Parts: sequence; structure tokens; C-alpha cells
Amino acid sequence: MRKSLLALAAGLLLAGSVSAASAADKLKVGFIYLGPIGDLGWTYQHDLARQALVKELGDKIETTYLENVPEGPDAERSIEQLVRAGNKLIFTTSFGYMDPTLKVAKKYPNVHFEHATGYKRNPNMSTYSAKWWQGRYIQGLIAAKMSKSGVLGYIGSFPIPEVVSGINATILAAQTINPNIKVKIIWANTWFDPGKEADAAKALIDQGADVIMQHTDSPAAMQIASERGKLAFGQDSEMIKFGPKTQLTSILDTWGPYYIERVKAELAGTWKSEDSWGGLDSHMFAMAPYTNMPDDVKKLAEDAQAAITAGKLHPFKCPVVGQDGKPVECKGGDHLDDGQILGMNFYVKGIDDKLPGK
Amino acid sequence: MELVEAIILAVLAASTPLLIAATGELVTERSGVLNLGVEGMMIVGAACGFAGAWLTGSIFIGALFGIVAGTLMSLVFALMTLGLAVNQVATGLALTILGVGLSGLIGAGFVGERITPAMHLYIPSLTDMPLIGRVLFGEDAFVYFSIALVIGVWWFLYRTRAGLILRACGDNHVSAHALGYPVLRIRTFAVIFGGACAGLAGAYLPLAYTPFFIPGMTAGRGWIALALVVFSSWRPGRLVVGAYLFGAVTILQLHAQGWGVGIPSQFMSALPYLATVIVLVLLSRARTGGSTAPAALGTVFVPDR
Repeated sequence: MRKSLLALAAGLLLAGSVSAASAADKLKVGFIYLGPIGDLGWTYQHDLARQALVKELGDKIETTYLENVPEGPDAERSIEQLVRAGNKLIFTTSFGYMDPTLKVAKKYPNVHFEHATGYKRNPNMSTYSAKWWQGRYIQGLIAAKMSKSGVLGYIGSFPIPEVVSGINATILAAQTINPNIKVKIIWANTWFDPGKEADAAKALIDQGADVIMQHTDSPAAMQIASERGKLAFGQDSEMIKFGPKTQLTSILDTWGPYYIERVKAELAGTWKSEDSWGGLDSHMFAMAPYTNMPDDVKKLAEDAQAAITAGKLHPFKCPVVGQDGKPVECKGGDHLDDGQILGMNFYVKGIDDKLPGK
Repeated sequence: MELVEAIILAVLAASTPLLIAATGELVTERSGVLNLGVEGMMIVGAACGFAGAWLTGSIFIGALFGIVAGTLMSLVFALMTLGLAVNQVATGLALTILGVGLSGLIGAGFVGERITPAMHLYIPSLTDMPLIGRVLFGEDAFVYFSIALVIGVWWFLYRTRAGLILRACGDNHVSAHALGYPVLRIRTFAVIFGGACAGLAGAYLPLAYTPFFIPGMTAGRGWIALALVVFSSWRPGRLVVGAYLFGAVTILQLHAQGWGVGIPSQFMSALPYLATVIVLVLLSRARTGGSTAPAALGTVFVPDR
């Protein structure tokens, strides 16, 4: 009995080492996700990208992911866990993972890290994000064309530059169509709370807005707009099934091409620490089909998209006038430079509201 | 006038899941058991409630699924804390973590599916009355049920002998046991009642509030329900006030932002919690009717045989 057990154990050991040997040939790539994959929004899009990666390079790599990892100290443990499991390239996909990623990166100089939407880098830690405000500019054009009441409703998550630059890009675009356009802004102070997002959408519609825009992650606002016969834009993902007659377009996070490019670099041994901030030109995000609008509005949107992609149209073209009526210093030639947009903490003229904390 | 009506309706909807979950937890705590797993039971209720409604096409069956799911979760809790005398705080927290995982697992196949939300009442001429018509006669069944539930619980706790015994278990389980009352059995029923309510409260979210399912959609409402029980100092009447106050602050702060009232939204979001803390401080300082928490709350009871 004991002998057969020993044989079994030896066999298992052997089997284990064989599979480990074959796995060692493959590059191990790890992912840290903020939410559950099924959230239909932020994390869902990152996982779609991971799947695209597996489809493209599946015979050369092996991917692992950890879902629902809270930002903060827990993240550090989870990232380290991926390092210990032998992952050589690790994507950490939320702003709050910035410091934990940096800490682990400094500890393991031979492992490469990719952090989404942050600004801290290391020789073995890159950052990547997308210029979503380009998409918001297109949405602003559509919204101003489609609004009958002249009042847009905007659900913000947190008053951080990423969201503020989105609001400003929207309004600057809308003002080119209707100089008197109004926007009502409600901060939900959360990225994800379907109930609260729905309540915010209701409040905006009850106060006269007829096009709803959101910078929160669930399809709740789309659903409310659909119930009330208003129009809306999706966020992160395609949300048209929650408002077949409601969704005008949606900003789609398409990380796939970037992930494939970076993993290919890692495989080729040419990976180095970079800061990638791509827009429509680099396919970092895409626009969902333009629906529920007349052909001329659709054409306007498509033309704007083409112009932005070609670099002929910049949403923050100077002069950009702040709420105080003074033009903002123009550091980027004929438009605001990337640093100014990355740190944007003011509203542009025409927004009849106060930025929280200002 | 229309805006006022719209705001009242939004407040009613926002308060309902809080009121249902908190009423259940109030009964549990009055029996002397502290179940911190409300969020976990709610979120499983949300997943199962949606699954039930999606599979059968019936909101009513969905609600039943939610109730059963909450009950099963609370049975796990009862087995651990009452059967095995495990620490209640730790078990409750574990129940929440378990619930979050379970709901993701159960709901995985239902993400992105849609259902027809719970019907709103419509009584011709009554519902059409201006202002009060839609409030009194035009909401979904959950809203009216939550009010009936809390009145029922008040009547049970203060007007029946069984309610008196339940409160006795919560205040002094040793005496209640000495008098011959089955403390553990009574507490088990109280825990189950709390679980059923939490499950129903969770089911309210995907069945009526936002008719779709997404993991994590309770977004901390279970914790607010727990805070409300403390806020109410374990009294059903104050619980109603607290739940509607919470709902009202939530909705009004959104409207205030839309109007451009210059109060930071972060502060407005924190207001209900601030109110809870202030009420707690006032209660603990009051000489009479002060600390009204059930005296045996959270303590394990092992009967001597």
C-alpha cells in the first residue's frame, strides 16, 4: 500500500514538473482587475482585451487574472502574488493601483509592469491611458444637435481631471452648435452604483435635460433615459441593448491592440518603460456606431471623428476661455498641451456651475 | 408641482430597500443577535431575485427567490452563531464576503439580461389625483409592502406576547432561558426573518429599481441599513423616519447639484452618515431613553444543560 502511494506521489510530482516545464516556455502575463468581469463596463473591457491577446498570441503566452481586487494595500499583495506565480508582465488596470504597482515594481526589477491611467513610472513600469475627451467632443456635437430643450444632463463620477476634461470637451463642442447650450452636472461620487446613477439620471431629466451623458460605469442612466423617452450616451461599453432607441453612441475602451503590442514587445525583448496616452488615432478607444440620429448629425459626428483622428481638429483648440472669462494660457501651440489636459481643474466658460473644491 | 411629485417618488423608491432590510435587521438585533451580513444577504437576494424573475417572467416569483436566498444565507449564519456559538461579528463579515462571491457566481449568466420591471399600481381617478395620487396609489408593490412590514413589526414587538419574549431574549438571555423560553429557537426565527427581509430588499434593486442585473449592484446599501437600525435606536417608528430621511437626503442632494446649489457634493453624500453619528452621540448622552441597544446584543448564548 505504502509503495503504491509512493509511486503515485512520484508520478504526480513528475506530472507536475512536466507541465511546469512546458509552461515555462510560455510568457506568463498577469492582470489585476478592479471589478468583476461581468460588470459590463471598465473591467469587462479589460478582459475583452485580454481575450483578444490570448486569441492573437495564445500559443506563446499564458494569462492569469485576479478580479475584484480593491485599490490600496490589498492590491499590493495581489500584484506580488502574480509576481511569485511567475508572471513576467503584469497589467494593473485602475488608477488606485498606482502606488502599490510602483512599490512592487521597485521590489522586482526583472518583472515588467503596465499601469493604466496613472502618472508614476519606473524603469520597469509603464503607464497607459486614453484620450477619451476626444470622444466626448464628438458626443458634445451630437448632443447639441439632438437636444430640443437646450439642456444637457451630465453625471460625473469624481471631480478629477479625467472627468472634468470630458465635461469641458463636451461643452466646447456643443457651443459650436448652440452657443447658449446649458449643462446640468451631478456628481455621483462613485464609479459604480446603479441605483444612484439611475437617481441622478431621473433628477437631471426632471430638471429639464433631454440628453443624458455619463462618466459612471453602469447602464442604469441609459435605462432611465430609455424609460422616459430621452436620449443618452453609453460609457466604456456598448450599452445599446439597454436603450435601443436611446443610445446615440458610446465610448468603447478598446485596450486589445495596446495589450497585443506590449506583449509582442516583451516577447521580442524590446519592452521598455513608456507613457502611452493614445487617442482615436492609436485605437486606444473607439466610438460605437452612431444611431438614433438623422443622417446629417451622423455625418457631422463621423467628420469630426475623422478630423480628430487625422490630427486636424483639436477639441481644446485655443483660445480656451475659463469660467472667469480669461483665456487659459496656451502651452501647446494652437491648442492646450497634454499636461494641461491631464491636470485640468477648471470649467470652461458657459458652464453655469461650480467645480467642487474650487 | 410636477417636480415635487417626481422628487417624492424618487425618495420613496430610494428608501424602500433600506427600510425593508433595516426592519429585518431590527428584529434580529432585538432578539440579541448582531448580523453584520446584511449586505451579503442582500446581494445574493438581488442575484437570485433577478434569476427567478428572468426564468419565470414573474416579478412575484423573483421576489420569492430573493426571500428564499436571504433565508438560506441567514440559516448559514444561524448555524454558525447559534448552533456552534461562533463570534457573531466575524461570522457576519464573512457572510458578506461569501455573499458578494456567491452573487457573482449565481448572476454570471444573467449579466446584461433585461426584465420588465415591477408594475406600478394604477387605480383610475385615484392615481390621477394631483400630487398625492401617484404617491399614495401609483407606486410598485414593494413600496407599500415595506410600510406594512414595519407597521407589522411594530405591532408584533410592542403589542404581542411573542414580541415581548423576543425582546426579553435580546435584553437578558439568561433570565429568558431561566423562565423557560427557548432562547436559541427564538433567535433562529429572528435571524431568519432578518435574512428574508434582506433578501427581499436585495431583490427590489434588480426587480423594480434598475431592472437589470450587474454584480455589486447593492453598492453598500446593506451597511446603510445596519446604520439605520442604530440610528433608530432599535425602534420601528424612528426607523421609518431614518430610512426616509436617508432617501430624501440622497435624492435632494442630486437635485441640489442639478440646481447648482454651491454645497460640495462630497459633503452632501456624507450627510446621512454624519446624521447617524450625531444621533448616536446625542443618544448616548441622554439620561433617559439613552442607550437603548438590546443589552445582550452580540453576545453568544450557550444554555447550560
